[in-house]
Amino acid sequence: MYSLLQGAFDPALVALVAALVIGCAGIPGLFFRKPGSGQIIAAAGTILAAMAGVPASLQLLFSHTTSTYLLEWSLPFGPCEFVIDPLSAFFLLPVFIVSAAGSLFAIGYWPAAEHRATERGLTFFYGLLASSMAILLMARNGVFFIMVWEVMALSAYFLIVTEHELENVRRAGIVYLIATHTGTVALFVYFSLLAAQTGSFLLPAAGSLSALSPYAAAIALAAFIGFGAKAGIMPLHIWLPSAHANAPSHVSAVMSGVMLKMGLYGIFRTLTFFYDPPLLWGAVLTVCGITSALLGIAFAVAQRDLKRLLACSSIENVGIITTGLGVALLGVSSHITVLVYLGMAGALLHILNHSFFKPLLFLGSGAIIHAAGTREMNLMGGLGKGMPRVALLFLVGSVSICGIPPLNGFVSEFLLYLGFFSQLKAGSLVYLVFLAPVLALVGGLAVVAFTKLYGSVFLGTPRSSEAAHPHEAGVTMLAPMAFFALLCLLIGAVPQLALRLVSPAILSSYPQTALAAFPAEYGAIMGRLSLAGILLLSAAVVVTLLWRWRLGKAPAASAPTWGCGYQRGTSRIQYGATSFSELAVSVFNGIMLQRVERPKLTGLFPRVSRCSDVPTETLLDRIILPLFSMTGMLFSFLHRLQHGLMQVYMLYIFAALFILMLWAH
Amino acid sequence: MMNGIIHIFLAIVMPPLLLGVIGKTKAAFAGRVGAPFLQPYHDIIRLLQKGSVFSTTTSWVFRAGPIVALATAAVAALLIPFGAHPSPISFDGDMILYAYLFALGRFFTMAAALDTGSSFEGMGSAREATYSCLAEPTLFFALITLSKLAGSYSLSGMLVNISFGVWLNNGAALLLLVGGMFIVLLAENCRIPFDDPTTHLELTMIHEVMVLDHSGPALAIIQYAAALKLFVLGAFFVHLALPYATGNSVLDWGLFIISMLELAVVIGVVESAMARLRLIRVPQLLVAAAILAAFSTLLVIR
Repeated sequence: MYSLLQGAFDPALVALVAALVIGCAGIPGLFFRKPGSGQIIAAAGTILAAMAGVPASLQLLFSHTTSTYLLEWSLPFGPCEFVIDPLSAFFLLPVFIVSAAGSLFAIGYWPAAEHRATERGLTFFYGLLASSMAILLMARNGVFFIMVWEVMALSAYFLIVTEHELENVRRAGIVYLIATHTGTVALFVYFSLLAAQTGSFLLPAAGSLSALSPYAAAIALAAFIGFGAKAGIMPLHIWLPSAHANAPSHVSAVMSGVMLKMGLYGIFRTLTFFYDPPLLWGAVLTVCGITSALLGIAFAVAQRDLKRLLACSSIENVGIITTGLGVALLGVSSHITVLVYLGMAGALLHILNHSFFKPLLFLGSGAIIHAAGTREMNLMGGLGKGMPRVALLFLVGSVSICGIPPLNGFVSEFLLYLGFFSQLKAGSLVYLVFLAPVLALVGGLAVVAFTKLYGSVFLGTPRSSEAAHPHEAGVTMLAPMAFFALLCLLIGAVPQLALRLVSPAILSSYPQTALAAFPAEYGAIMGRLSLAGILLLSAAVVVTLLWRWRLGKAPAASAPTWGCGYQRGTSRIQYGATSFSELAVSVFNGIMLQRVERPKLTGLFPRVSRCSDVPTETLLDRIILPLFSMTGMLFSFLHRLQHGLMQVYMLYIFAALFILMLWAH
Repeated sequence: MMNGIIHIFLAIVMPPLLLGVIGKTKAAFAGRVGAPFLQPYHDIIRLLQKGSVFSTTTSWVFRAGPIVALATAAVAALLIPFGAHPSPISFDGDMILYAYLFALGRFFTMAAALDTGSSFEGMGSAREATYSCLAEPTLFFALITLSKLAGSYSLSGMLVNISFGVWLNNGAALLLLVGGMFIVLLAENCRIPFDDPTTHLELTMIHEVMVLDHSGPALAIIQYAAALKLFVLGAFFVHLALPYATGNSVLDWGLFIISMLELAVVIGVVESAMARLRLIRVPQLLVAAAILAAFSTLLVIR
């Protein structure tokens, strides 16, 4: 198939057509009366398109060329270019892979027969979201970029509010809508300033702008706010946990695995414009990144909702990626190419890794919610017995996301660590090395969060009657998860290849890394990592064989768990999700907050009473919401203009345009 | 080649001896004769010959715990240099692999504990998760300081290059580091004052309570893995605190063995002289260790 495509088509055209096919895949389903076939057609179309799109993107990535297409349009914003350079091609990979896997998962997870009312819309907007993200990566005209960006943001909104009859879902949708449009406002500013700077709406080429030019700082700030809000960098993350938690799981997978990366892509792209970014930019990105990582994972530890925990860990991972980008930028400013290479390699590889293990975990959470009927981890337990395959695949995802060897999460964090350490011998930027202990702390907290998640969901005994009889997920749900798990294992086993995958994207954005022999040098170190992985595996095999041999010699019996003398243990005595993280939460009190309501017990035989603890979202509850309600009160006089009459709204638009026209004259 | 074989041989054979020496030291302090030095070997062999009891609650995760714990400690043993001899495997950045290997072992040990569905074991793994997460930054500060002092990004490079000369020039930084790392050594290996392996009250345990349900060969593997972890982290510490080197290969091996035994005696003395801390004090001490190590980093990179 690969050679056939290579011979017959231009890969850029293939990628473009694949993106359009994904966008149209949900349309046939809208016209079928019988449920089901539309969903299958959409999945088949998306998977086929992805099977064409992935090799095309890989070819574009490795050919080091840039393909340009021109769309003829009559809008007064200059030519509408479609360009795929290696950086776009690299970001296209997760778009195709994750959206195809998610559409297959949807067949088992959101079957049309059971969800007649919502399935059509869900399938349609899902395709639209995936397609808009792919086209976004190719768009080079600022106005067209914003249009596609809005299609992406709005289709994500419609996907989040799929279950709009629930109050929580509607609230999550509104918070998301406000956050994304705040970002869009920043993007309007961004593209206007950029157009004022360059004289056209076309995005400038890499290294063509100076950071000393008058608008540069404002452009960078607008990009950070606009794109950062989409990526979920703290403090712009408030929409993220509830939106990811309340969307259907395969949608959460796409949003977390891919849509957040579109925000990061915007930041990457913007930074490549400037050939002389000041140190301050890199420093701001690094500090915001490492803060997001630390606070994100700290929030994750405190969560009791399965998907909210995963969403908070997305903030952590975006933070790690941003840190890498910040380090690379510091390298650009101070002309240290090794920092540029390692920071970019770590950040880009972590983007790829996160778009494999996070969808794996979100899809797994979908299977879990199907089986247990709840998202509350304190009510689960023992699911591993009923759904061993999901449990195994989920374990792969959990180990990967903690950044533990020999899986893929470790590889990208390892590159970042090398970057932090690399300036230790040099005189400048030596303080970067203080990021290493912080990242180590983040890794330690990730282990707390994910042992909590895995332990309370899959291990032990069921804590509620719903969780007592789980059923294994069907093949359409297992296959995408297995595929992601395989990718995680593959990158962990042969990190050399992964490094080769990111190198062209780095080279196209920062040509100064071309002179040094970094790919060879760090490729060799990656080879050592894969050797260590092999050693680890063989050590485990030897121990297993030894144990097997001893087990064969001596009898093995089974008995109930040792209750330390207590005979009447129940499953509710087990350490639950909240009790597991209670110690960590108390140690990191202040970073993670938990609202605990404990009853006052008096007397020898106190009455039955209740105790509850809820993780709080400090920023949203204490700062943003009061700020919003204050703004609302300040601007309450504007309410008079809003009365729900469509024709008057249209009059407003006309009047605004007319006034603008008068002003222009 | 010969050095590599000796390295692997020592890593396989010597770890339980440290436990024996610690036990003997504690017995001497208590005025007892104590168990023989080789008692831990007998224990492990005896456990290997016993039958197993598996809880009906457990799944394969429970069995994976001991296996992964031992495998990770074994690979870590290949990364760390023993005495003046570089390790068999060494590359730039291996110290990060070294630190993260323990995280892998911990992940599976904690998962195995949670798999039993026992509240005590859940308690133990919650403590292990929190405390080791607090110990992590200390190790990284130590790695930074050593890496800066030795000008190397690999464990062998940084540890073998620490000599008395380096001590003379950076005594303050290394002293702070020795303090911080000793606390981490005790905490990571569940020794007094953090955890008491010999206590009989499950409520106060950390590591021992996580392995309550492991029996027979599984317990043997766990005990051996714990000894190996003590050995591997101890080897790191010994480099730092007692950087003897003669230049003679055979003498250096001898010196390494002696310093490891000295370390075991010191741990035994600490265990005899101190009581276990209240659990609430443990995080405070770990944070203090991290700050000590951070100070030493500041001193060397200023």
